[in-house]
Amino acid sequence: MKNALILFILCFCNITLFAQDYFPKNDGVQNTNHNFTAFTNAKIFVNPTQIIEGGTLLIQNGKVLQAAKSVSIPPNAIVINLEGKSIYPSFIDLYSDFGVEKPKRSSMRGRSPQYDPTRSGYYWNDHIMPETNALTTFKFDDKKAEELRAAGFGVVNTHLQDGIARGTSALIALNSVVNDSERILLEKAAQHFSFTRSAAKNQSYPSSIMGSMALLRQMYYDADWYSKGNSTTKDLALEALIANRGLISIFESKDKLNNLRADKVGDLFNIQYVLLGGGFEYENIAEVKATNASFILPLNFPEAYDVSNPYQAAYVSLADMRHWNQAPTNPKVFVENNIPFSLTTHDLKSPKDFMTNLLKAIEYGLDKTKALEALTTIPAKTIGKSAELGNLNKGAYANFLITSGDIFEKETVIFENWVQGSPNILKDKSQKDIRGEYNLMVGGKTFQLSIKGDASKPTAEIKQDTTKLKSKITYTKDWVDLSFTSQEDTYRMTGLVSNHSANIAGRSILPNGNETSFNAVKTAVFLEKEKEEKEKELKKIEIVPLTFPNLAFGNTNKPNQENLLFKNATVWTGEDAGILTETDVLIQNGKIAKIGKNLNGGNARVIDATGKHLTAGIIDEHSHIALSSVNEGGHNNSGEVKMEDVVDPDDIGIYRALAGGVTSAQLLHGSANPIGGRSAIIKLKWGENADKMIYKNSPKFIKFALGENIKQSNWGATETVRFPQTRMGAEQVFIDNFQRAKEYEVLKKSGKPFHYNEEMEVMVEILNGERFISCHSYVQSEINMLMKVAEQFNFKINTFTHILEGYKLADKMKDHGIIGASTFSDWWGYKFEVNDAIPYNAAIMYDYGLTVGINSDDGEMIRRLNQEAGKTMKYGNVPEQEAWKMVTINPAKMLHIDNRVGSIKEGKEGDVVLWNDNPLSVYAKAEKTVIEGAIYFDIEKDSQKRQAIQSERNKLIQLMMDEKNSGEKTQKPTRKNPRDFHCDTNHLEE
Amino acid sequence: MKIIPKKLPLIVLFLISMHINAQQTPALLQKNAITIQGATAHIGNGSVLENCTIVFENGKITAIGNVSTQVKGTIINASGKHVYPGFIVTNSTLGLAEIDAVRASVDVNEIGSMIPNVRSLIAYNAESKIVESMRPNGVLIGQIVPRGGRITGTSSVVQFDAWNWEDAVIKTDDAIHLNWPNSFSRGRWWEGESRAYSPNKNYEEEILKVSYFLKDAFAYGKIIQKEKNLAFQAVQGLFTGKQKLFINADGEKEIIDAITFAKEIGIKEVVLVGGYDAYKITEFLKQNNVSVIAGRTQSTPIFEDDDYDLPYKMPKLLADAGILVALNPDGRMERMNTRNLPFYAGQVVGQGMDKEEALKMITSNAAKILGIDNDYGTLEIGKSATLFISEGDALDARTNLVSKAFIDGREISLNSHHTTLYQRYSEKYEMQKQ
Repeated sequence: MKNALILFILCFCNITLFAQDYFPKNDGVQNTNHNFTAFTNAKIFVNPTQIIEGGTLLIQNGKVLQAAKSVSIPPNAIVINLEGKSIYPSFIDLYSDFGVEKPKRSSMRGRSPQYDPTRSGYYWNDHIMPETNALTTFKFDDKKAEELRAAGFGVVNTHLQDGIARGTSALIALNSVVNDSERILLEKAAQHFSFTRSAAKNQSYPSSIMGSMALLRQMYYDADWYSKGNSTTKDLALEALIANRGLISIFESKDKLNNLRADKVGDLFNIQYVLLGGGFEYENIAEVKATNASFILPLNFPEAYDVSNPYQAAYVSLADMRHWNQAPTNPKVFVENNIPFSLTTHDLKSPKDFMTNLLKAIEYGLDKTKALEALTTIPAKTIGKSAELGNLNKGAYANFLITSGDIFEKETVIFENWVQGSPNILKDKSQKDIRGEYNLMVGGKTFQLSIKGDASKPTAEIKQDTTKLKSKITYTKDWVDLSFTSQEDTYRMTGLVSNHSANIAGRSILPNGNETSFNAVKTAVFLEKEKEEKEKELKKIEIVPLTFPNLAFGNTNKPNQENLLFKNATVWTGEDAGILTETDVLIQNGKIAKIGKNLNGGNARVIDATGKHLTAGIIDEHSHIALSSVNEGGHNNSGEVKMEDVVDPDDIGIYRALAGGVTSAQLLHGSANPIGGRSAIIKLKWGENADKMIYKNSPKFIKFALGENIKQSNWGATETVRFPQTRMGAEQVFIDNFQRAKEYEVLKKSGKPFHYNEEMEVMVEILNGERFISCHSYVQSEINMLMKVAEQFNFKINTFTHILEGYKLADKMKDHGIIGASTFSDWWGYKFEVNDAIPYNAAIMYDYGLTVGINSDDGEMIRRLNQEAGKTMKYGNVPEQEAWKMVTINPAKMLHIDNRVGSIKEGKEGDVVLWNDNPLSVYAKAEKTVIEGAIYFDIEKDSQKRQAIQSERNKLIQLMMDEKNSGEKTQKPTRKNPRDFHCDTNHLEE
Repeated sequence: MKIIPKKLPLIVLFLISMHINAQQTPALLQKNAITIQGATAHIGNGSVLENCTIVFENGKITAIGNVSTQVKGTIINASGKHVYPGFIVTNSTLGLAEIDAVRASVDVNEIGSMIPNVRSLIAYNAESKIVESMRPNGVLIGQIVPRGGRITGTSSVVQFDAWNWEDAVIKTDDAIHLNWPNSFSRGRWWEGESRAYSPNKNYEEEILKVSYFLKDAFAYGKIIQKEKNLAFQAVQGLFTGKQKLFINADGEKEIIDAITFAKEIGIKEVVLVGGYDAYKITEFLKQNNVSVIAGRTQSTPIFEDDDYDLPYKMPKLLADAGILVALNPDGRMERMNTRNLPFYAGQVVGQGMDKEEALKMITSNAAKILGIDNDYGTLEIGKSATLFISEGDALDARTNLVSKAFIDGREISLNSHHTTLYQRYSEKYEMQKQ
């Protein structure tokens, strides 16, 4: 009580002390106070690794003067004895929106999309707002500050969490007793970025992750150009970006793949972002480490799913169950990999959860010293305030915590959180622990009193002989109030806890109303035995192993390249050799080494293929599996976006496609606009990361599109403002872009200053034949148009994809010299422009001598492309081997990878499939799918995986039941929104 | 004109169909007896007759047997070929929509929740180009189903060669269809909720609404009413057994709830549609005598953890447990894809189902479920001569080459918008070569 009063006075003094001393004062006299405060006999964590036992911390004017074993305490010091207690530097949260109100989402329902910016004098895109200063809308939030201080924080770095370039954050001390003039430690602490559009702005671009990436790249290019004085117009956003170049850049990624994507953008401009992680980094930690970034990690560990209802439990995926089990290891994995990180309260429902989750992370192996560093020295260093924050060296802010002991122990209490020398009392540190066994004597009777539970909020149990009595105890500020009922008689008493005796005595009121005294004599100390045993039981944490990728059907070990000898197969070579019966194929070092009879494979693993069919792996010219995003529809030309940026190696669609014999696919941008994005051509190496899936030296492709989708015909009544809305307009978009590209190139080559534009660079590549077009196409008029546009600019269209009316102008395509036509086997009727789509399309084009492929554009059909090829035998009588080529060597030719894959030929890459039947048959199943000699799908392994999934689910369900039964919080079972991407998937809607 | 041999049948077709407009003209009634000789006959009940002779007159099969069977009328030599009963699609929306993306052409979902009185038959477009494209693949009969709302309406069964719906109908108002509520629902993401699926708080309440409706309807039917309630009246057949109730439900809980509910409320005949989890509770389904229209085999598994081939093998898992199974075409772009019905069945053969068993799912089983098995679904004496000849195995796309097809003995055209364009453009290039 006394101490608290002193502290109150002290903090009052501090106010006058720190108040702007040049401000006029009309409410009293200018009292000054330069007294010292000394905290003695404490265990002081000067920093996480420098610890003083029984030391003294001396502070004055809100700063640390000294922390040492022996300190000479000035006479005008208030001395606070912290015997048995510890002092820690208080925590720093680098990722906060403290005091900065987030803008509300503006609804777009029923309104026309907005393609132009709303601001003038700023950047061309509304989601780029580097000029935003967090302090513009900052309002110190006392309630939130109190919550954060209770969680141990003294300083936060706060910013407006909205938009792609979000402007600057401010570093704020959580000091409620002074005003902003003292609390603002840095008015511009860091720059902030994300891939997420502004909630307040409606400009359509960007509508995808790859669009956000491209926009950031162009923003930096534009800033560079602007900074060189090239612009004749004013752009306050770019000026702010340029002015803030010296600040660190913090990037809100919140996703294990976005971490890598953000880093990739940064690398291009020599910017090392500090990344806000998402909590899944433990899954791809090697790639995370390779970013060289420092991280800010949320402790957003999921609660266990409530799986008590088996029907509902079935909705929770193994991946989600695993994440519950594995997520608390995330910080530990960072430590193991020596990746620097800070911790944040971001993404927690309440700062109250912070310490609970941090203790969980420690329980799951996070080193305590590293945890403390992540809350003090590392964030201080990241924000460039190492001298003043995160430690208790001379000159640092007097921001510290007083605790009952090791701050990372469950039982420890944080008594006080001092910010800038101002105390904030969380719990009365002078309160004595009264728990224990007592003989309670009152009104001539003796009862057994047992005080237990939380030391600061104990519970009482009172017994008369063996009968338990109903009782209530409250304990505040050294006073104990106790009441109980014995045979309908109520005893009430109140007493002061003595500093000199273990006993409690005081006044009591007997059931008859008489007042008397009571005395409780302590007979035994409190033992936490039961609890310890219980905890020991819980300590047996079982963490299930990761797989690659970390979901059902992931690989325990990544498939290795092997030497394989397929014996006695029916080999569909896809070459002039045709179909070879009873033939052996040897794959060595990832390549097809030999084809022949009775081969000797040396140490190669022999696979008996008698009665089976061996083919090259299927190649899908048109797919959208394994992508985080498909369409960037915010502009009619999005050539600046790259699908390689958004390959998602964790899509179960990859595994399912492997089970259908697919080994390679072109991942195309969607068809939301005439000029789409650049393709990713991948091998379906299930378990590898995106970079390893993408073809090395990949041929360069871009998606173009025609027809209803680019006209937005089926997007609803409001989508009528983006050019083009007709096929006539489409031609103009192409001509305009190629014309501008020509002019761009002339300027670029001229040596005059030019404005680097990624989109135009891509257009120039097309003009120069360095990048190939795969064009989504339906009706003959526009197909012919695009060929004529290309001819006008002296290049050729490489592939028409879908090309459903290709049969109507096979002659014109051949004359133009297209490389290939990739179509559906039998799709039609889903929109107006496929009215004349016929299943004989492939056959007619084939008959005319075009290179024809069958594609999927569909996560389901990609699993059965072999059958789809078989349909060309029905519709138009295509010969068997030619039908097979339509899903192997023909798409390989279109993709310019036919020198590497697409047929069984000596020297080609060992991408093969073993089928149990004629591969064109609806009855055929892929038994083994091999890429470069590594078996990525094996039907026997698949059946083992199925069993493993069941038993792992059971195990995790059991663990979650245990969690629930032990009283922990749970969340309702949920199932993630399944993905099913097509050409026309709109990601604003997704 | 120099004709390469491969193109010969094509050109013949072209000549035959030169005068035909966009839609094919429905065939006239069978006048003379027809005999198909020497074919491998797939009866549709699990059996096969090799070198079989089939005779049909006045639209009915009058004889089927070995070489000693008496031939009659026009003789079609089908040796080396295969004869199948016309394939039957259940739970279809064929003829209710032409182009998915053109709203004006779509009549699948009526508004309202309890609308059993809405009848598919009168909206069925017998001249649909999509329907026409079924026939060259052997799909000749379908149950046409409205899909909107909770109780979606009344279906009818039609054959696919007719001038209009009245001529097309095989069984009028055969069944009522119910979309069972889902115990998991997706968050209203446009209002800031998570997009994930989580337990549906309104599940019980939604069931209650169906329950109240049907109980009311049952009570309504007890007396002759002066003031008619069209909705109540439309479901009376459910309580007499005249109409079946087709319930769309996928989850295990939903299926159990739905079947239990239907039995309790006094509905005689129940068919489960979709039934993604049905394979987990086959005993329950058998006990309740429920047949299943199993989900589209050529679809992706719903759950990430599911076997990649779960939809492929689902019908087999049910059939092996002794459940009567037909196949559901429902799914993305379902109408145009329904011509792949034979391959949906073939897909299950790849999972180890016997071919003739797989065939049953799109012939006799479907006929039984629709209650038209007295006349359709198998090649048996007395039944309708609704059948086709294929050059090869009709369940595999490579060999599904239908050369002749008959509905009630009428030889129907196998041309379509597609063959017309095929001919037209093959001809274009032939002419260019000259």
